[in-house]
Amino acid sequence: MMTNYGNRITQGQFSFLPDLSDEQIMAQVKYALKNNWAVHVEYTDDPHSRNTYWEMYGMPMFDLKDPAGIVMEIKGCRKTFPNHYIRVTAFDSTRGWETPRMSFIVNRPEKEPGFGLVRQETQGRQIHYTIHSYATDRAESERY
Amino acid sequence: MSDASRTPNELSKDNNTDDALIDLDAEFKASNVQEVLDKLDRELIGLVPVKTRIREIAALLLVGRVRQHLGLSAETPTLHMCFTGNPGTGKTTVALPMAEILHRLGYVREGHLVAVTRDDLVGQYMGHTAPKTKEVLKRAMGGVLFIDEAYYLYRPENERDYGQESIEILLQVMENQRDDLVVILAGYKDKIERFFHSNPGMRSRIAHHIDFPDCAVDELLSIGCLMLQQQNYQLSPKAQAALRDYMVRRRRLPHFANARSIRNALDRARLRQANRLFAAVGAKLTIQHVMTIEAADILASRVFQEGLPDDNTAP
Repeated sequence: MMTNYGNRITQGQFSFLPDLSDEQIMAQVKYALKNNWAVHVEYTDDPHSRNTYWEMYGMPMFDLKDPAGIVMEIKGCRKTFPNHYIRVTAFDSTRGWETPRMSFIVNRPEKEPGFGLVRQETQGRQIHYTIHSYATDRAESERY
Repeated sequence: MSDASRTPNELSKDNNTDDALIDLDAEFKASNVQEVLDKLDRELIGLVPVKTRIREIAALLLVGRVRQHLGLSAETPTLHMCFTGNPGTGKTTVALPMAEILHRLGYVREGHLVAVTRDDLVGQYMGHTAPKTKEVLKRAMGGVLFIDEAYYLYRPENERDYGQESIEILLQVMENQRDDLVVILAGYKDKIERFFHSNPGMRSRIAHHIDFPDCAVDELLSIGCLMLQQQNYQLSPKAQAALRDYMVRRRRLPHFANARSIRNALDRARLRQANRLFAAVGAKLTIQHVMTIEAADILASRVFQEGLPDDNTAP
């Protein structure tokens, strides 16, 4: 399920819902901090679902007690990259987990062109399918 | 009830002009601030002007909260503070209950205290300062940021110093995110004055100035006794007199750091006591011996012999 109504990409939590408001983001971050997860902000302009390594905005934030600092960072990232995808990830360092426990998109480009299906014909009339983001036809940082 | 609760009571009389009655007393009890104030009273010896000032601030904040509930004032008041005083007068010690009071009255969300100095805020090369300062600010959000010896942030003698950058970020956050964090600056009075003189923006953003007076000899003595009590030591009557004499002499010497000097002196007295007990091999020791500090342990100090402070390293 790569595209849905309006071509909005659906990655991470809450992505089928309308965009979260700042208060809702704050409440989610508060939950993450309550569980002692380290929260960080990432951005990218390559929306492919296999693109898991996004650029990090600033440093990961450890030892925070209050979501205000993270919301400040999200706002800073939006100001710098108003037309990029921005997500907030909460990392759990507990032994046995050691993985992101939460991840949700907090900013999207104004227009998301979505994905096209590419068919590649190979031997014996076999077809290989892949998806291709229309946005990535253009160079990095000129995509949206 | 002690005199702290009287302040809100008196204020409630003035507030009764309109038809609705406002129960400030109930509001005060609900916030549990009295508990913090009592603890402050119990554990801090002397510092009467400071305690009064904290009471006043607590009353002001309480009334502010009631007014906010009634819709009389909408915006968060400026709460940034400045603690001035000589070394060892308890500036850092008071910051913790202050954070607690602010938390209980709902002016900060978490109520934790982040204590920093210049090293934590100012970077070492170009572009290092802003992320470093922001990092600290983010950590302090929802609580209180305590900047010890704040004047070192600004070094006028070095025009390429990065401290100014840190001050600018600090000012911006102090102004724009007043409901997210409270900043307390601390330091010696004259140096803080000079700092404010060169950074007028900083002074205008600080609402409360609290001055910490030096401790009197009696106060120092009770502080010393309290410290020993907490460590399960006691002074013999002669040692008590000796300690008093020590303090009178020590106060006159340079680098006197109030309660901190006393703590250092007692640490050395404990060292001498341990040595004395260890040297008296074969003597029968009781629990009393191990607990008691004798006059000799204190009189061996260099303050008595050469008239020199034996903690030259103290600020």
